[in-house]
Amino acid sequence: MNSIELAKKARILALQMVVKSKASHIGSALSMTDILAVLYGNVMKIFPRDPENEDRDMFILSKGHACVSLYAVLGLKGFFDLTELHTYGQDDSDFMNHISHKVTGVEFSTGSLGHGLPFATGKALGKKIKKTSSKVFVLVGDGELGEGSNWEALLFAAHHKLDKLIIIVDYNNLQSLTTVEETLNIEPLKQKFEAFGCVVLEVDGHNHDEIKDAFEQATTLKGKPIVIVAKTIKGKGVSYMENTVKWHYSTPNENELIQALKEIENA
Amino acid sequence: MRNTFIKALTLAAAQNPKIVLIVGDLGYSVIEDFQEKFPDRFYNAGICEQNMASMAAGLASEGYQVFIYSIANFPTFRCAEQLRNDVGYHSLPVTVVTVGGGLSYGNLGYSHHAIQDLGLMRLFPEFVIASPGDPLETEMCLNYLLQNPGPSYLRLKKAGEPNFNTNLKILSPGIWNEILASKNNKIFLTTSGGLNLAQQYIKLNEFENYGIYSLPIWGAQYKTYQEQQLNQFDEIISVEDHLLDCGFGSWLRESITNPNTHLKLKHKALSKDVIGKVGSEDYLLNKGGLKL
Repeated sequence: MNSIELAKKARILALQMVVKSKASHIGSALSMTDILAVLYGNVMKIFPRDPENEDRDMFILSKGHACVSLYAVLGLKGFFDLTELHTYGQDDSDFMNHISHKVTGVEFSTGSLGHGLPFATGKALGKKIKKTSSKVFVLVGDGELGEGSNWEALLFAAHHKLDKLIIIVDYNNLQSLTTVEETLNIEPLKQKFEAFGCVVLEVDGHNHDEIKDAFEQATTLKGKPIVIVAKTIKGKGVSYMENTVKWHYSTPNENELIQALKEIENA
Repeated sequence: MRNTFIKALTLAAAQNPKIVLIVGDLGYSVIEDFQEKFPDRFYNAGICEQNMASMAAGLASEGYQVFIYSIANFPTFRCAEQLRNDVGYHSLPVTVVTVGGGLSYGNLGYSHHAIQDLGLMRLFPEFVIASPGDPLETEMCLNYLLQNPGPSYLRLKKAGEPNFNTNLKILSPGIWNEILASKNNKIFLTTSGGLNLAQQYIKLNEFENYGIYSLPIWGAQYKTYQEQQLNQFDEIISVEDHLLDCGFGSWLRESITNPNTHLKLKHKALSKDVIGKVGSEDYLLNKGGLKL
């Protein structure tokens, strides 16, 4: 399955999970699906049948509320049986509505923002001490950059030249109530990251070739943490969800689901 | 206590290549030996406790046993959520080591008074609390933590404390450590700086026949062992350099199921009058109602 196909199937599963459990955050999940599809489809060294393999690359999802896309991609890559996704959000399920490390293939639970990058920094430090070649990828939201802990981690990562740390910003410019720009402006973002000592690459977060190229470049760079700023569209792939705050919270109804699935399948 | 800790940790690190020490820009004239001996296992995180705590969790998830070191309120209250979610929930071997427990840094002001820290740390179900009362207990606690890596809080005072224990023992969590046998079946039960205070209380006629026990290793998981031990005595006075609210004495009381046991338990803990006051440790203990 190529990354385009993986993303398409992940979007469908994500929508179905959210509708079944009447959950929120579908817009956030669709925003990052292409990035995950390229990471798990083309970039990361993964061992779905041996998920704890020491040589694996690791992915940390800091915006844990967008978890359905990650659960879907992990299921599609064979970390667990796809039928397990049906338990998402149900009583006694490990598939919680924020990403859970109790699910096979998930490295770290989040839900409170600003935890993923500092944790990934510790992992990258560990890999540096051990001199292993594996990488740590961490995906953060744009609104989440308001958390100061991210900037603390960047200081440390740059100071210690943690080049096994690759940070992806899912820059959809929408947060809980309105745009990032109107909430707490993070621009000029590229310059901020550069000033903190990172190498910054910018991509269209829905163009698989561009994403792939950026990761290829990122994995060869030395001496600095790498930030990939991915310009994305919240709700990507479903016309009525794209760029609207509503789908940070709302659950599609049956008719909306049918339309969404049709659009994705025909894309 | 802090010198005992760092010396023992340095010895342990020579045997165990997985031990890493991260300091929060503190430890001048204390940590240098560790730093020189293990340069790739010593980090100064700088003044950023939230990152220090999450990063320690990340490092621990890579197979290391991580000790983070700072002054009492900084690596606890400042990064409480990081300890709760990243360390505790993931059951990772990170020990938060603090100096300045209680009112040890009295003159430095309220920001440096660790008189609510036990209340915070004992809320986290996965955390073991190690709050030694003298240098020997510090070594005993560290030995336990090295043998049983996991989320943990090691609360130290500062330097130069006398020993009240006479020898190194193997401590078990939740199990009281006899320091002075009771002549009247009444005892002081101490943790952390409470041990020093109890030594002074037994000099009074009123308490001359009391024994002294300490409980250096405890926490949310170990309440179940308390009532049976409480019932071995006619009176137990808990002593701690911490507010009574959410502290060690409150923890003991929460462990009780039999109403009769409640009647035997009394407390010596800091009153809230101490909040906002500044002075030497002795002055503040007096102000807080703990000094003779």
